[in-house]
Amino acid sequence: MISLTHYLVLGAVLFSIAVVGIFLNRKNVVILLMAIELLLLAVNINFVAFSHYLQDIAGQVFVFFILTVAAAEAAIGLAILIVLFRNRHTINVEDLNRLSG
Amino acid sequence: MTFSFLDFAFYAFAAVLIFAALMVVTVRNPVKAALFLVLAFFSAACIWITLEAEFLAIVLVLVYVGAVMVLFLFVVMMLDINLVQMREGFGKYLPVGGFVALLLVAELIIILNAKVFSPDSMPRPAGQPADYSNTQKLGEILYTQYAYPFEIAAIILLVAIVAAISLTLRRRPQTRYQKPAKQISARKEDRLRVVSMKSEKPDPDAAGAGTE
Repeated sequence: MISLTHYLVLGAVLFSIAVVGIFLNRKNVVILLMAIELLLLAVNINFVAFSHYLQDIAGQVFVFFILTVAAAEAAIGLAILIVLFRNRHTINVEDLNRLSG
Repeated sequence: MTFSFLDFAFYAFAAVLIFAALMVVTVRNPVKAALFLVLAFFSAACIWITLEAEFLAIVLVLVYVGAVMVLFLFVVMMLDINLVQMREGFGKYLPVGGFVALLLVAELIIILNAKVFSPDSMPRPAGQPADYSNTQKLGEILYTQYAYPFEIAAIILLVAIVAAISLTLRRRPQTRYQKPAKQISARKEDRLRVVSMKSEKPDPDAAGAGTE
């Protein structure tokens, strides 16, 4: 019998894989954006699982809004990436030091 | 302990989901990473269907697989990335990354094994009847109780559209554009000058009369 813990552990494992992805691909901004999408997906799995087991539809409404914001974030992030590549001809995070931050 | 079809579906889709997520963060080619991310989203949508969230599962496939991932693929193919340079330091961060991940998973599993999440205290709810509509339920609450956040979400999407277009729109000075206002306001007097002058060539009739 699949319990709530199964879904929560699946979300936790997915979240950790995405965190590892941020560690491993810290040069490639495209993969970093994909890892962020995976993080949001892991959180959404938790929301949907709780919504089902508590029989409360509000969790699914939250997933709806998270999907909206994540889509907007991906669109703006990729637009910034294109402008960055057009100006600097690189998307390597270590080369992006013009602001000396 | 019986192994139902639901259990089988959960384990199968969870395995595909975790495999795809691992490939996303480790594969060399960004195009392949984007395609594995599509697989991950698709498996997650299947998992959501086992949780009776049909509308969100379809939305995940339509919006993410259909729109966001295509956007990712377009951007990856537009950029000319030096893959070898991008992979530098991949192995260097593997130990610390793996350590952090194992720590994270261990901590989360310790927390999630708590009594409150166990099947005894939170049993799986009975399935909904056949005429139950998840989409209708979500719509009813979204357009009444959450109407104001729903409109804010629409504004956020509009802002995203305007920001993405204004960021990437490029004005090229050497490109010639049509300027309708200037075309309409053009007058003949500004461009055409009629000059009255004497003819350069002698009149052939006058010349013939002279020889006769």
